[in-house]
Amino acid sequence: MGALYEKLRQDIRFVEGLTACLNCGTCTAICPAAEFYNYQPRKLVDILQTRDDEKIEELLKSDTIWYCGECMSCVTRCPRNNAPGLLITALRSLSQEMGYFVESEKGRQQLAIKRTVGHWILEYGYCLYPSQITPENHPEQGPVWEWEFQNIEKVMDRLGANYKKAGPGVLRAIPQEDLDEIKKIFDETGATSRFEKIESFSKQKAEEMGMQLDDSLQNDYIRHIYTAVNKNHTTET
Amino acid sequence: MKIEGKRLIWNDYQKEIAEDNYFYVRSCVRQNFFPGAEKTFLRYMKEMGKDVFENPSHTTCSGIGYHSDIVPFETAMTMVARQFALMTEAGYRNFVTSCITSFGLYSETLETWHHFPEIEEKIRGHLKNATGREFVKPENLAHASDVTFKLRKEISEAGKYRLVNHVTGAPIRVVEHIGCHYSRMFPSKGVGGAEYPYVLVGMIEEWGGEVIDYPERRHCCGFGFRQYLVKANRGYSISASKKKFDSMKPYKPELILTNCPGCPMFLDRWQYAISEMEGTTYGEGGQGIPVVTYEELAGLILGYDPWDLGLQVHQVPVEPLLDKIGIPYDPEKKFLDKDGNSMGQPKSPTHLKFY
Repeated sequence: MGALYEKLRQDIRFVEGLTACLNCGTCTAICPAAEFYNYQPRKLVDILQTRDDEKIEELLKSDTIWYCGECMSCVTRCPRNNAPGLLITALRSLSQEMGYFVESEKGRQQLAIKRTVGHWILEYGYCLYPSQITPENHPEQGPVWEWEFQNIEKVMDRLGANYKKAGPGVLRAIPQEDLDEIKKIFDETGATSRFEKIESFSKQKAEEMGMQLDDSLQNDYIRHIYTAVNKNHTTET
Repeated sequence: MKIEGKRLIWNDYQKEIAEDNYFYVRSCVRQNFFPGAEKTFLRYMKEMGKDVFENPSHTTCSGIGYHSDIVPFETAMTMVARQFALMTEAGYRNFVTSCITSFGLYSETLETWHHFPEIEEKIRGHLKNATGREFVKPENLAHASDVTFKLRKEISEAGKYRLVNHVTGAPIRVVEHIGCHYSRMFPSKGVGGAEYPYVLVGMIEEWGGEVIDYPERRHCCGFGFRQYLVKANRGYSISASKKKFDSMKPYKPELILTNCPGCPMFLDRWQYAISEMEGTTYGEGGQGIPVVTYEELAGLILGYDPWDLGLQVHQVPVEPLLDKIGIPYDPEKKFLDKDGNSMGQPKSPTHLKFY
């Protein structure tokens, strides 16, 4: 049993998520990710139960662990109480702790998520915030959202929201002392440390790839990881 | 739908839902995309004489960050603990959440603490160190759709409209879509379990509609967290929704009803995107299939003005549904601001019929 497997065993979600897989493939049959990507949760669980560190390291550096959508359909259906979706959460955590995530195209995207959702949680107290959901980055939101985005304060007002204002209600301004508490929780429980690791490993990788990366969202590396799609992720059918 | 077998399953998944005195926490996605839905929930709860309290200091639970894996589990559990502390400080014991991702995270956290009390102690320590707060765990954890399900008969009795075509008398044909994190991980936490959840079916039946069973009924809408958040991955997201639309289309649904805040956004927006990409529309005569939340549907049944509910911010127009039920609306007021002034109006899509 190797060091990486031991690290995985320290994550309660890994312990709870892996009993003994009989390779029936039920998880793969119902997995939305398996339908779209070259991905089989059955194979992933099978690799993990070999406890082979070389194979696990390969997995942690691969696109494979980033294909899952964490819908947890596999958890409901597994006849042996395995939870591939939970194993994915443990693998992704370790991949970021070790800095392996930057070795795959899908893994590198973590920096874009950290600089958007991660930033919004600390800045606004929400995982999403309307002024940040730009029609440019979200063309799929369509013309109604584009209209709403252009009139956001009036639309929110019309619908009874309390956008950016004090007191309770939809999209209220979260008081600064509460945002400070979130930051302290992040410092205390490892989120700040993870954010720092995502930043520092990404900066090293950007340098290695010869791409510009500053602290904003407008740079070559962020644009690249936010949009790049190679042809190996999916199988033509 | 053959429901005899399902009724037996539903009997195994009866969930206790508190009667009154709820501590309410909001949803990031719903606040951004369906702000009128939360307003509507609080409106009918008040009209039914229920006590629902909101503390403005509550924040995101960090669930989207957790499930896109930038937020560690210990952080997410401590964020949950902070919400419980706010509930405790306000003197409440019944916790109700607007968000399904949150509901899943609260359930996951409480289950983890139940099986591993040492983790609960660790998180209590984290919360105390970071904020000085302490908490009592909720006596009752519910999603706002559970509470609405519990009130479905009262809503029906107070209602002005039924889910029935007012011309033909035929029941409106409804697809129900349950958010994945409602009960997939913990079937006992959801009304009706994971394979045949009853929470929305109960509302549809009570309000006069017909539930459609179709092959991909339980398929995810395709949010997939990172699979939507990053532009490069959105092919995953739209493909999952398309699979559902293609599967439900032969059954001619007239409405999609959802309980998760994200699902209605995706099932609404991806119909637009598919129409732009392929020219395909899934409703009758170039229309889409209207998608509404349970709060919006309850509001329609109760006779609230559709534009007060926020149905104008849906990309797929809801007017065909309103016309069928016979709900009056003023098209001239659809895009007006609070004071009755014009805010302009959205551009029309290329293929999807717009009103």
